[in-house]
Amino acid sequence: MAKLLDIKNLRTQFRTSGGVVKAVDGISYDVEEGETVAIVGESGCGKSVSAMSVLRLIPDPPGRIVEGSIEFQGRDLLQLSAEEIRKIRGAQISMVFQEPMTSLNPVLSIGQQLTETICLHLGVSEQEANKRSRDLLGMVGISDAARRLKQYPHHLSGGMRQRVMIALALSCEPKLIIADEPTTALDVTIQAQILELMKDLSRRLGVALIIITHNLGVVARYADRVNVMYAGKIVEMGSAEQVYHNPQHPYTVGLLASVPRMDQHRGKRLVPIEGQPPDLTRLDAGCAYRARCRWAVDRCTAEIPPLEELADKQFAACWRSGEMQALRREAS
Amino acid sequence: MYKYVVKRLLMMIPTLIGAAVLVFLLLRAIPGDVCEVRLAGTGLYADPAEIELCQKSLGLDKPLILGLDTQFTDFVGGYFTFDLGESMWTGKPITYEIGLRFKLSLQMAIMATVVAVAIAIPLGIISAVKQDTWIDYAVRAFSIAGIAIPSFWLGIMIILGLLIFTQAWLGEPWMPPIDYVSPLEDPWRNLSQLIWPAVATGYRYSAVATRMTRSAMLEVLREDYVRTARAKGLMEKVIINHHALKNALLPVVTIIAIEFAFLIGGLVVTEQVFNLNGLGKLFVESVGNQDFALTQQLVMLVVLVFVFTNLVVDVFYAWLDPRIRYS
Repeated sequence: MAKLLDIKNLRTQFRTSGGVVKAVDGISYDVEEGETVAIVGESGCGKSVSAMSVLRLIPDPPGRIVEGSIEFQGRDLLQLSAEEIRKIRGAQISMVFQEPMTSLNPVLSIGQQLTETICLHLGVSEQEANKRSRDLLGMVGISDAARRLKQYPHHLSGGMRQRVMIALALSCEPKLIIADEPTTALDVTIQAQILELMKDLSRRLGVALIIITHNLGVVARYADRVNVMYAGKIVEMGSAEQVYHNPQHPYTVGLLASVPRMDQHRGKRLVPIEGQPPDLTRLDAGCAYRARCRWAVDRCTAEIPPLEELADKQFAACWRSGEMQALRREAS
Repeated sequence: MYKYVVKRLLMMIPTLIGAAVLVFLLLRAIPGDVCEVRLAGTGLYADPAEIELCQKSLGLDKPLILGLDTQFTDFVGGYFTFDLGESMWTGKPITYEIGLRFKLSLQMAIMATVVAVAIAIPLGIISAVKQDTWIDYAVRAFSIAGIAIPSFWLGIMIILGLLIFTQAWLGEPWMPPIDYVSPLEDPWRNLSQLIWPAVATGYRYSAVATRMTRSAMLEVLREDYVRTARAKGLMEKVIINHHALKNALLPVVTIIAIEFAFLIGGLVVTEQVFNLNGLGKLFVESVGNQDFALTQQLVMLVVLVFVFTNLVVDVFYAWLDPRIRYS
């Protein structure tokens, strides 16, 4: 399959009064056509910023993409003019945000918000855009679409609004949808529905998905490939299968140990990752995870481990990833 | 929507009744009355019998509230017979006294509002969009100056400026006309009289509204739905004018409306500076003369203007924000 999105050495920083925050610090990954890639990590690790950087939605000031390239279908998005990137937003690459309650404009009707995008990017008449909006709402499982189009966001529940956001993201047949924690704000019962819907639509329409999440269950079930992020860097990368069953970075190991799993017996205690993520303004020359890492050695303080390929397309950034299997066995 | 407006109209009634009672009682709580001011105001001896006679002729000897023929029934009864009575000082009909000045004050208020809105909305938006650039600093300096500079001082400067510049350019000094002409009769003359006070008051008024527009805009621009609008690939001007402004306008409309209602009766000093015969001046005179009949009708007029502007604002709110429209 062809590469749809190819991010190389992306660095996004925020200048604040407390210093420069290195939110995304040299990450590289790619997304193939029709593929679902998950980006996993805890709050503040730079996953959302890395996603927003793709569409250049980082507010400047204070944020700025200082380095790297983001090739989308062979064009570097970072080199495009403001007008060119605007034409890609919503048309070729669209986004679904975390907060369905606030992501829709409260004073515009659902119909207005859908049709304006369709008219803009597809250049069709208002009538046609209206018809397409109705079809889209049907596609995301909203019944009585004609009535819903006339309603306003406050008439809809959170789950419904997220469906509208997905309809919006799909409205102009994009090649890639970036979903930034699409289910975090929703009830558990709705979460599965929304994810199923996204996965199903992406499969049917051949749209690639980047799902940003801190929910490993989501990863296991829906992603083809996984990028694990920590303190602005990708620390592990591989297929969902590889990362879930054979994690090679201590952070991934820790994440997996901290969530309940159906395949373990119920009496087993969950093991949290101790400590806090590091201050992103004060990163030093060593591995950012070492303070929380149970297997840290002297070398971790001196040098940042590079992201290296260990097995078939599985990468990890740890000096001890070669011993990881043995270390894990020892610990459990 | 229709129901909403009718409901709001009905809610005006208790407000007006409350205001009427309050105004009536508060005025009577002031010691003295118009007869004492007229006959004994100079400090010379006045015959008590004469004062009594005067009070009798104006109905000031009647009981206040209790009874069928009281000062209060005289006041309120006027609204049912469409006769607001006469000024206790000049003896002319109150409708004549107020009508003479109301046109000028209303026109002034409207013109000042137009000036203010025309300045405030665009400047507020630019200032918010270009936050922390030199444009923003310039706009903020302009609006802070507007709040700090008293309108009457600005008015005096405008008049002085006019005199000096016309003297230099035309060879003879030019002053705005003093007497009010209807804009239908002689729009040019009307405008040349009122544009200067409208600018002087409109500037201060716009300063408040600019700051409000700026801060409301800044808040809205940080909202998630503005980010969504950007992610949809909308053009920046559509995002600002359509998505953001409609949300940011609510507090601005409130400020503008309150200021507008205030301008109807509150321009006492500016009217003095520009020598305008407006409601503000009439207000001060009627209070000074203890002309109860006129003062209470003036207050009721201002109350009516406030209540009506509030109604317009509420309807506008409902139009802007569906959450109000449907609740």
